[in-house]
Amino acid sequence: MLLTIRSLSKTFPGTRALDAVDLDLRAGEVHALLGENGAGKSTLIKCLTGAYRRDAGTVTLDGARIDPASTREAQILGIGTVYQEVNLLANLTVAQNLMFGREPRRWGLIDSRAMRAEARALLAPYGLQIDVDRDLGSYSVAIRQIIAIARAVALSGKVLILDEPTASLDAAEVRMVFDVVRGLRARGLGIVFVSHFLDQVFDLCDRVTVLRNGRKVVTAHIAGLDRMQLIEHMLGRALEAGIHHDARADTSPQRPGLLRFDGIGRRGVLEPFDLAIGQGEVVGLAGLLGSGRTETAELMFGIRPSQSGRASDAAGPLDLSSPRAAIAAGFGFAPEDRKTEGIVGELSLRENIVLGLQARRGWARPLPRAEQNRLADDYIARLDIRTSGRDKPIGELSGGNQQKAVLARWLAMNPRFLILDEPTRGIDVGAHAEILRLIDKLTRSGMSVLLISSEIDELVAASDRVIVLRDRRHVAALEGPRVTGDEIMRAIALDGAAA
Amino acid sequence: MIRARMLPLGVTIAIFLVAWLLCWLQFPNILSTRVIGNLLTDNAYLGIVAVGMTLVILSGGIDLSVGSVIAFSGVFIAVTLRDTALHPLLVFALLLAITTGFGAAMGLLIDRLAMPAFIVTLAGMFLARGAAYMLSIDSVPIQHPFYKSLQSAYWLMPGKGRLTLIGVLMLLAVLAGMVIAHKTRFGASIYALGGGEATARLMGVRQGRTIMLVYAFSGLMAGLSGIVFSVYTGSGYSLSTVGTELTAIAAVVIGGTLLSGGAGHVFGTLVGVLTMGLIQTYIVFDGSLSSWWTKIVIGILLLVFILLQKALMRLSQSRLAQAGDPP
Repeated sequence: MLLTIRSLSKTFPGTRALDAVDLDLRAGEVHALLGENGAGKSTLIKCLTGAYRRDAGTVTLDGARIDPASTREAQILGIGTVYQEVNLLANLTVAQNLMFGREPRRWGLIDSRAMRAEARALLAPYGLQIDVDRDLGSYSVAIRQIIAIARAVALSGKVLILDEPTASLDAAEVRMVFDVVRGLRARGLGIVFVSHFLDQVFDLCDRVTVLRNGRKVVTAHIAGLDRMQLIEHMLGRALEAGIHHDARADTSPQRPGLLRFDGIGRRGVLEPFDLAIGQGEVVGLAGLLGSGRTETAELMFGIRPSQSGRASDAAGPLDLSSPRAAIAAGFGFAPEDRKTEGIVGELSLRENIVLGLQARRGWARPLPRAEQNRLADDYIARLDIRTSGRDKPIGELSGGNQQKAVLARWLAMNPRFLILDEPTRGIDVGAHAEILRLIDKLTRSGMSVLLISSEIDELVAASDRVIVLRDRRHVAALEGPRVTGDEIMRAIALDGAAA
Repeated sequence: MIRARMLPLGVTIAIFLVAWLLCWLQFPNILSTRVIGNLLTDNAYLGIVAVGMTLVILSGGIDLSVGSVIAFSGVFIAVTLRDTALHPLLVFALLLAITTGFGAAMGLLIDRLAMPAFIVTLAGMFLARGAAYMLSIDSVPIQHPFYKSLQSAYWLMPGKGRLTLIGVLMLLAVLAGMVIAHKTRFGASIYALGGGEATARLMGVRQGRTIMLVYAFSGLMAGLSGIVFSVYTGSGYSLSTVGTELTAIAAVVIGGTLLSGGAGHVFGTLVGVLTMGLIQTYIVFDGSLSSWWTKIVIGILLLVFILLQKALMRLSQSRLAQAGDPP
C-alpha cells in the first residue's frame, strides 16, 4: 500500500469536517474521491497536502508516518497536487514554471540553457512538443493542466492529487489529460482523482471512495458498481427521478411573448442572432466551450454592449447598453464564475442576498435591518439554503448554497427574465436537482429563464427550447419533442465534426 | 511571432532610439560622448533607485519611501562627516546598513501584518523625511577631501566625454539588478509573487523572506542612490529629492514594467531613465522651452505605456480565445 490513512479527523469551529476517515491508495491506481459539497473531500485533500494540520489519525506514506506542515513539505515527501485553477503562473515561461524552485545553477546563477533542456526532457514523456520559452499564459487550459501535472510528478513523484482538474476543459481536452493520467498510472503513481463528473470517474478510475458529512461511506471497485448505487452512496438516499422534459411539455406551447432580440451581435464576439423569449419559458443554450454561450448572455445583459440590432418587449425597444440598464429592464444574470463575479465572500449571507436590492434603491436609502432579516430568512427557507445563520460569511458556505444565495439575490429583485450561466457547475448532485426544481417552479409563476449549461441532460430536463451554438453562432433551435440529448449532440457536431 | 513579454521592452527601446534620432536631427551634438556622459551622471541617482523600485514593482508591491531615504542619506552623510572624524567609506557602510535594515523592516511589516505596501512605505516615507529634518533643516555642505576625489573621478571617453564614477555605479547597479531578476531563484520568486501570491505560495515561494529581501534591496539601492546624490550635489539637504519615488516609478513604467507586477525587465528601467534624461537634455539644448515640458512629455509617455500594456493584454487574451492550442 502506497498511502494509508487511518481515522483521520479534523474539526473546525462548529463543524466536524472529517470524522475518522480511512483511505488506502495503491501504487498504480486512480482512486476517485467523491462526495457532495461539504462531504469533506477538500478538507481531506488539504490535510494530505499540508494546507491543514489534522487533529487526529495517522497518515502513512511508503511505510513511514508523515505529518506535513506545509505544501512545500508535502511536495518533498512525495505528495503533489494539481488544482482546478491557480496552479502555475501565467507570467512565467513554461520552463520557469516547470523548474521553479529547483532551477539548475552554475556558479550560483540560473543556467537558462540547462533549465530549458530539463524542461523539454520533462515534458517529453507527456507527448508535449511545445516551446518552453513561451509564457505559460499563451497556452490553453488543457496544456497548462498537463504542465501542472508534469511539474507535480517531477517534484513529488509518489502520490498525485487531482482536484477537479477537468472542470474547465472540453471533451477533447479531457481525453488529452486522461491519457496523461493513464500514463502516470502505468508508471506506478498513486493518483487521487476528485471530480463532479461521474462519466469521467467511470472512464478513468479503478476504485472509488465516497465521503458523506465527513465520514467515509464506502470504498469499492468501479468495475462492480453501477451509477445508481454510487449516487445513492453520495446522497445517502435514493435519488428521486429528475424532472424530465415531458414534465414541462404539457404546459401551454403557445406562450405570450415577453422579449425579442433582433440581430443582436458584436464583432469578434458573436454573430448577430434573433431570439424571442416567451413568458414563463426556459430557453437552454447548448454548445461546446467557447461556442459563444456566455457571450450571448453578456450581450443580452449589456456586459458587452451589442453593436447591432435591437431588443424590445411588448411596450417597445429596450435599452441594454449596460448591466444597470438591463437590471432596470427587469433582467437578472447569475454569472458562471460564482467566486469572483457572483458572491462577495467576506460579506454575510444576508448582505449578499440584499445586495442587488440595495444597489437598486441607492445607498441613500438603506434597507431597514428588520426588512433585510426578513428577506434573508425568507429566502433561506424557500431555497433551503443550509447555513448556521443568516450572518455567516458566505465564503464559508458550500458551492451549492452559495449558488442558491446568488439566485436569492436576483429573486429578491423580482426580475422577469433571469439568465443563469452554469448554475449547477461545481455543486453536488442533491443541490443540482434542487436548483433545477427551483427553475421549474419560478417559470411556472411566469418568470422567463435563459439557461446556459454544458450538461446536455440538464438542458433536456429543464428547457422548453434549446438553442445550439457553434463557433460563436446560433446554429439551431430545437423545440418540443426534438429537445433530446441526441438532437442537441447532432446539432453541436454537425459539420463541426472535423474540428 | 513576437513574444508578448518582450514587446514592451522593444517599444521602450524603440521610443528611446526614435527620440534620440529626432534630437540628433536637430542638434547633431547630442550624439557626442560628452552628452552621453552627462546623461549617465545626471541621472545616476535616479537610475540606481529605479533598479530597486523595478524589483519591488515586479513583486507586485511599491516603495514610496525611497525619495525620503535618499534625502535622509544625504543629510546623514553630511552631518556625520561634519561632526565626526569618521572616514566617508565607513559612513557609507553605516548608512547602507541603516537603509537596508529600514527597507527590510518595512518588508517584514508588509508581510507579517498583511498590510498594503502602499501604506507601509508611505509611513516609511514620512519617517525617513522626518529623520532627515531631525538631523538638520539646513543644507549641509560636504567638504571632506575624499569627496573631492570622488567628484573628480572619471574615465575619459573618446570625444572628451566623461564617464564619471557615479555614472559607472549606476550601470553596475543596473547590471546587478538584471542578474538578480533574471538569473537567481530570488528573482524568479519575485516574478512569481507578482504573477499571483496564492499560486506562488503553492509553488513553494517563501513569501515572507522574498518580500522582506525585495524591500531590503530597495532600501539598499535608495541608500546607494543617496550616496551618489550627495557626491553629485556635494551636500546633504532634507528638502531634496521630494517626489523622486514617483519619478522612479514613472521610469519603471516607461521602461515597460507592468505596474501590477510580474512582467518587466530591469534593463527597460535603464532605458526609461535615459529617455526621461534625454527629454531634459533636449530642453536644455533648445534653451527656449520651459523645463515644465519635461513633466508634460513624461506624462504623455506614461499614458502611452499604460495604454500599450492594456492593449497587449487584450491582444494576448483574444488570441488565446481564438487560437486555442498552439501547435
